Amino acid sequence: MSDLQKAIEFSDVSFTLPDGKTLLSDLNLSVDQGETLVLLGRSGSGKTTTMKLINRLIDPTAGTVQVEGKRTVDWDPIRLRRRIGYVIQEIGLFPHLTVEENIGVVPRLENWPAERIKERARALLTLVGLDADRFAARFPRELSGGQRQRIGVARALAADPPVILLDEPFGALDPITRREIQREFKTLQQELKKTMIFVTHDIAEAFVLGTRIALLKDGQLILLDEPQALLHSQHPEARAFAECFNDAQGSGSRA
Amino acid sequence: MSLIEFFSHNTRELLALTFEHLFLVAVSTGIAILIGVPLGILLTRKPGLSKPVLGFANIMQTVPSLALFGFLIPLNIYLFHVKIVGGIGARTAIVALVLYALLPIIRNTFTGISNVDPAIRDAGRGMGMTDRQLLLQVELPLALGVIIAGVRVATVICVGTATIAAAIDAGGLGRYIFRGLRANDNTLILAGAVPAALIAMGADLALGYIERTIQFGKTIGAKSKKFLWSGVIAVLVGIIVAYFIAGKGAGAIAVGSKDFTEQVILGEILAQAIEGKTTLQVVRRFDLGGNLAHEALAAGEIDVYVEYTGTALLAILKNPPVTDPQEVLRRVKAEYARRFKLEWTEPLGFNNTFAILVRADDARQLNLKRITDAARVSAQWRAGFGQDFMSRADGYPGFAQTYGFHFQEIREMDLSLTYRALAEKQVDLIAGNSTDGLISRYGLAQLEDDRHYFPPYDGVPVVRQDTLEKHPELRQVLQKLGGILTVDEMRKLNYAVDGEKRQPREVAREFLKLKNIIQ
Repeated sequence: MSDLQKAIEFSDVSFTLPDGKTLLSDLNLSVDQGETLVLLGRSGSGKTTTMKLINRLIDPTAGTVQVEGKRTVDWDPIRLRRRIGYVIQEIGLFPHLTVEENIGVVPRLENWPAERIKERARALLTLVGLDADRFAARFPRELSGGQRQRIGVARALAADPPVILLDEPFGALDPITRREIQREFKTLQQELKKTMIFVTHDIAEAFVLGTRIALLKDGQLILLDEPQALLHSQHPEARAFAECFNDAQGSGSRA
Repeated sequence: MSLIEFFSHNTRELLALTFEHLFLVAVSTGIAILIGVPLGILLTRKPGLSKPVLGFANIMQTVPSLALFGFLIPLNIYLFHVKIVGGIGARTAIVALVLYALLPIIRNTFTGISNVDPAIRDAGRGMGMTDRQLLLQVELPLALGVIIAGVRVATVICVGTATIAAAIDAGGLGRYIFRGLRANDNTLILAGAVPAALIAMGADLALGYIERTIQFGKTIGAKSKKFLWSGVIAVLVGIIVAYFIAGKGAGAIAVGSKDFTEQVILGEILAQAIEGKTTLQVVRRFDLGGNLAHEALAAGEIDVYVEYTGTALLAILKNPPVTDPQEVLRRVKAEYARRFKLEWTEPLGFNNTFAILVRADDARQLNLKRITDAARVSAQWRAGFGQDFMSRADGYPGFAQTYGFHFQEIREMDLSLTYRALAEKQVDLIAGNSTDGLISRYGLAQLEDDRHYFPPYDGVPVVRQDTLEKHPELRQVLQKLGGILTVDEMRKLNYAVDGEKRQPREVAREFLKLKNIIQ
């Protein structure tokens, strides 16, 4: 019954494309409730594939993925996805909807009354640090990159899902905005206590936000441990990321 | 007459034709949207279908409209006892216009939806949208601008193509254009072309405005849904009205005609004689282009029209030329009865064949009576022939060979211009139509076809056998019309309409009264 404790569990999961190319092989990992697991790796290492297996945008070609103790293939994909918040790079906002309508998408799909959707959207805008009166009626193209990303997070939180997936949500931001928004997100994380899967290729971000880090290379899990452990690993890929981190810290202290 | 004058004298007719035109365009574009948008959406779901479907729509666009009409008229396709394809009139015009309008609408719906950013689609799916919700809430709103751009192209195509619908009695501004081409009257051509161009530009501007507004990303909600539904309802009402209008009244006799002056006059003569001599109701379906009158008769869309024996033999039955008039009539009678269940009644009396014409002065001075006489003196002559005469089986090559003509120069021009060219001494011999009113107007002399080269083109009413069985009184009327028109009389009637600009209806009535057919 320990399964019930795990929010998400991968057992021997592989994903192979019809053309035979393997994007993910024999992945075993589990995510505890309330934990933030960071999937770290280079482009093409299998991070996004892992993510899409959780909300059933794809099904594994081998092994099983369980969400809340139930195999994803047994979940109705629509019900499953509405229990999982999903944030992708800023482009994921619907350009033809206002900020308020964007945040209200899932509640509207769930047939909440209009008044409640409006209240929820305004509360979330405040939560992510934006003035509801000023932003509710704007369109995504009228916002800065940082503002759009905050809306993306607010939208994922709208129906209060127990699990949130974030696929390089801050990837397109300038370093300063990125720093700011990471700090805010950290606070939010501690307040909300949601289970989160966070994809990034930025090791500094992984250190700030992750409870644990899963390092992927070429579709294989190389290391799954607390952030500090990554710095002491002897694996060449772990060392490559650790060096990036040390360089960044070093240049930071000189500045 | 200037264009402005023409419009001020014919305001009511202009408005009626403009309304018919708009009606054809609106109904066709509406149906094309109702078919094309769902089809385009289907293609995004089943991409395997996109090649064959877009390929078909592409081919439809390349089919010339008269050929498409000719293909559609004999068809008989029913849906819930309502004829939806086939026959002449607005129905067939609409089917053809829909086929032309489909391509841009299907293609733009397909591309518009396919080009929605995959990240946005993933976001929608990842948030738990069903396929339907994704389509209605994300893909369609984002593709709407592109779809409207397709509708815009389709509408402009329809406005242009609808002018040709006049060839199958569907009305619209094409009537002015066809009449103008026939009478060689530029004012009349412009009277149809200018309003049609204005409609096209207006539609283009209006839809362009809607396209820009929507791409700006504002209006998707209850309001536009209501707008959409009222549009759908309006189109459906339009379709019902179209069928109501297009249906020929039961029991009425439909008289047809081809699309030139003589035929319209002959159509009026038939129609008024039937109206005057029987109690039957008559519907006039005039101005049918190309071979469409024959198609319509064979399909039962009209009951009777005047055909020429030579045309039937060569163009419809595709037989080689025969010069004996009795023999030609015998052959077409037998073949028509066997193949089409159509009956040739009494010849009206005139032969509308090629008339080899010279100036009356030349004929007198050179003592020319027969074509053979002209062939002897023609070495220095220039000839003017229409495109038709130059290319047909009973045209120029055989003519020159039979009579041994060697012209100094041959000028190929529009038939209606050859008469004036002859009168103004730009050419010395032409091949006109024997019944053309311009022959007497310009004082031209017709030479006798002494070697019997040209097949006869005797005008004879052709009627459906089943119509004659149902209404035997019709046969008596048509017999009474036998032999009432000489070539000279036909020329005068043609001149009354082409030259004196009188109404065919009036000219026909006067003639029938003169012959004591009607009172």
